[in-house]
Amino acid sequence: MSSYPLLSLSIWTPIVAGLLVLATGDDRQALLARRLALLGALLGFVVTLPLYTGFDRASAAMQFVEQALWIPHFNVYYHLGVDGIAMPFILLNSFITVIVVLAGWTVIENRVALYFAAFLFLSGIMNGVFAAQDSLLFYVFFEATLIPMFIIVGVWGGPNRVYAALKFFLYTLMGSLFMLVALLYLYDHSGGSFAMADWKALPLGLEAQQWLFFAFLAAFAVKVPMWPVHTWLPDAHVEAPTGGSVVLAAIMLKLGAYGFLRFSLPVLPDASRNLAWLMIALSLVAVVYIGFVALVQLDMKKLIAYSSISHMGFVTLGFFIFNAYGVEGALIQMISHGFISAAMFLCVGVMYDRMHSRMIADYGGVVHRMPKFAAFMMLFSMANCGLPATSGFVGEFMVIMGAMQVSFWIAFLAASTLILGAAYTLWMYKRVIFGPIANDHVAALTDVNAREIVILSVLALAVLVLGVYPLPLSEIMHASVNELLRHVALSKF
Amino acid sequence: MSKAFVFPDFYIAQPELILLGLACAVMLFDLYVRDARRSLTYALAQFALLGSALSVLNVLTGTMGDLAYTFNGLYVADVMGHILKLFACVTLSVVLIYSRTYLADRGLLKGEFLSLLLFALLGMFILISANSFLTIYLGLELLSLSLYAMVALNRDSALSTEAAMKYFVLGALASGLLLYGMSMIYGATGSLMLTEISRALSQGAADRTVVVFGLVFLVSGLAFKLGVVPFHMWIPDVYHGAPTAVTLVIGSAPKLAAFAMAMRLLVNGLLELAVDWQQMLIILAVLSMAIGNIAAIAQTNLKRMFAYSTISHMGFMLLGLLTGVVQGNWLNAADAYSAAMFYAIVYVFMSLGAFGTLLYLSRAGFECEHLDDLRGLNRKSPWTAFIAMLLMFSMAGVPPTAGFYAKFLVLSSTVAAGQLWLAVLAVIFSLIGAFYYLRIVKLMYFDEPLSGRDVAVSISGNSDMRLMYSVNGLALLALGLLPQPLMALCFIAIKSL
Repeated sequence: MSSYPLLSLSIWTPIVAGLLVLATGDDRQALLARRLALLGALLGFVVTLPLYTGFDRASAAMQFVEQALWIPHFNVYYHLGVDGIAMPFILLNSFITVIVVLAGWTVIENRVALYFAAFLFLSGIMNGVFAAQDSLLFYVFFEATLIPMFIIVGVWGGPNRVYAALKFFLYTLMGSLFMLVALLYLYDHSGGSFAMADWKALPLGLEAQQWLFFAFLAAFAVKVPMWPVHTWLPDAHVEAPTGGSVVLAAIMLKLGAYGFLRFSLPVLPDASRNLAWLMIALSLVAVVYIGFVALVQLDMKKLIAYSSISHMGFVTLGFFIFNAYGVEGALIQMISHGFISAAMFLCVGVMYDRMHSRMIADYGGVVHRMPKFAAFMMLFSMANCGLPATSGFVGEFMVIMGAMQVSFWIAFLAASTLILGAAYTLWMYKRVIFGPIANDHVAALTDVNAREIVILSVLALAVLVLGVYPLPLSEIMHASVNELLRHVALSKF
Repeated sequence: MSKAFVFPDFYIAQPELILLGLACAVMLFDLYVRDARRSLTYALAQFALLGSALSVLNVLTGTMGDLAYTFNGLYVADVMGHILKLFACVTLSVVLIYSRTYLADRGLLKGEFLSLLLFALLGMFILISANSFLTIYLGLELLSLSLYAMVALNRDSALSTEAAMKYFVLGALASGLLLYGMSMIYGATGSLMLTEISRALSQGAADRTVVVFGLVFLVSGLAFKLGVVPFHMWIPDVYHGAPTAVTLVIGSAPKLAAFAMAMRLLVNGLLELAVDWQQMLIILAVLSMAIGNIAAIAQTNLKRMFAYSTISHMGFMLLGLLTGVVQGNWLNAADAYSAAMFYAIVYVFMSLGAFGTLLYLSRAGFECEHLDDLRGLNRKSPWTAFIAMLLMFSMAGVPPTAGFYAKFLVLSSTVAAGQLWLAVLAVIFSLIGAFYYLRIVKLMYFDEPLSGRDVAVSISGNSDMRLMYSVNGLALLALGLLPQPLMALCFIAIKSL
């Protein structure tokens, strides 16, 4: 194991890079800001690689642990560590940051330094969420993500950006403030400890567990987002700049799902089991109902946003059926959705940069002008509907298998996503890409340039590799998932 | 029976004496200074603040932080008092730096402002160190009278004059309530000394009905000084009407003194009645958080908006004061009271920054006080906008800023006291409050400047102000990243009581 503080590096490298980018000042230094940002993002990604290579796959314990007293008055530690559940997300996050920086290279011409700095800050802060082993540290990182995202949506967003940014911020803040009260209750109840490990072993009565469960649900359900508190997401996605949508879909939604695994399941196992029916029901509503909602969208970004909600429904479903297929499938689905949704939003971004429209009706026949792009988008669309040999298939298939062990009807309803997903994604693809050239604007389109090809190829590679050979990912998770499931099965009182 | 005259120990009261001397010196000195050289008086006032801060430090080290009484027990020196006094000196020094240009541009940088400021500080010192109803009243009136006069400093402004009248009349009423309550308690316990009252109450010697009756008036008077609902009516008008520099004075250091006054009266004196006053404070706190946060949303004037925000913050701080004693158990007390103290200190820094922003963006002939005046600030001056954004997020209680820990500590003691529903209410109201702080960030970052009211074409502040403003904002960030020192300081201070 490495002696470097790798997790601290993965948090602070992007943040320091962000400060440097911010220091370049106004838009006259835009190129310098871009280069610095790319360098920072790459460096941030490189420092996370040893986390994968040095990871002990057989152990469910926290690895790369760093611990230092932070606020002695409250017994709060700067305590970092990752297990097989958290580690892949740090890699994913740092990787997506590089993609986002590249994607915003020429598109953003206004307040460039602020834009890239916001993404770098966000990247470091989100790594902090995944690495935190102290609940207060987790909360601080969890909340701090709001500030850069608020700025990103509000400054570079679309016409209705102010509404979207405020809605995003207040919705999420509402959820997390309830979580704060729950954290304080647990702190008080555990005799003055914020350590997640202590809380795991803390005996709690069923009633207390259920109240706490709802408090955590308020925070995480908003973030995931689960039906019926999902309404902020389509607004935020539609108004956010491409990079913002990518980070939002690829990483930020995962913070909520990750929270379920860190708090709800291990700290409140009895409540989780007791209320699993509720979670499964909400997840299925998300999968089926939101799938139908996606079908009727006129705006491509909105369609993908709804598709995200539907896919995240799969994730929460997988968590609350409490078997290895379900949880592992859900985790793989999270990673895979990170790549696919990022790619889909980038595809829309590519078209939007040229046409300045996201309306499906404004397109048609794009394939005649952008054949390379159409091929890429074909792959990602297929992955989005869960075609075998793409990463989208693996997770969904595992969750459906897990659900089948619990109940045929849950599996049946969940499996409807395979049809619905194909319907909304491919129908959109057909209307946008195929057919005769719809208008002069489409006729004037130019195909993807080298920078865009690089971005899309990298993502395509990730989608295909994970789809064909998911073992490197799933073997990391095995030990941690089994440990988690063993723990959830035990009663706390 | 007469007590022998005991010569008072002047040593531990030296901060007050030195400050009194220096304040008089500033007043006299200014008579001999022409307008052009007014900065000399300004420098002398800063020196007076420094001098009193040093003498506080001197007493703190001299007494090793031990509890000490003098003037026949009218005056108490303890660590909480020393720390609050130090913060009051620092705060007013920052106030002077922020308001110098503003006042000079408006012809208000006169000896009156500076000496009144120092006398107000003297009032705060006395209030902070008071150990008797008499000393509390003395300090309070010295502070209040100085502030009334400062509000009216801009004689030609009808708005200021109206605000001063309102402040004075309502303030006098509140003093009356306070005195009435004091007299009831004096009647029941037979003493004006807080320590004596506390002893009488714990021996059960006092008539409980009379004491509780007096307590109601006492808490009302205190609530007025803190500016919590339903005794908040003066706050928006006075904050709005006073010149922004004076608003800055009223909205900052006196909150520390009001906190000390609450601690002295309720904790030092009337802790036996905690069950009674905690109930009253619950009502005051919930109403303040509700009305403060909701009314602030409707404001378009920044000074009024921050006034309502003050009300809600004071309500939040009360949550710390009212969770100290749980069913006669004092285990939580030090945590709860130090949470309230932390909140008060952090609030003062946030308030400094908030009104400092307005002063920073105002210039000769232009008052920055409308919401639209902040539009597009990020375009004009990214750094100023960044600091202002930090301030707003801190006010809203979003980590990683100091404001988060202020809320966190108070909520923590509320939860520890078993008042979960109160914590949930507080959380809901602070969510409502987050909206209007976010609106300011939105105006600064998302909107383009209005062409008509061209704000901050050139930001007028001189270099020491710019530096101070940055330090102010970054301090809140630093305290958010490393809150331990201030937390420990507040805890030690409360432990010393």
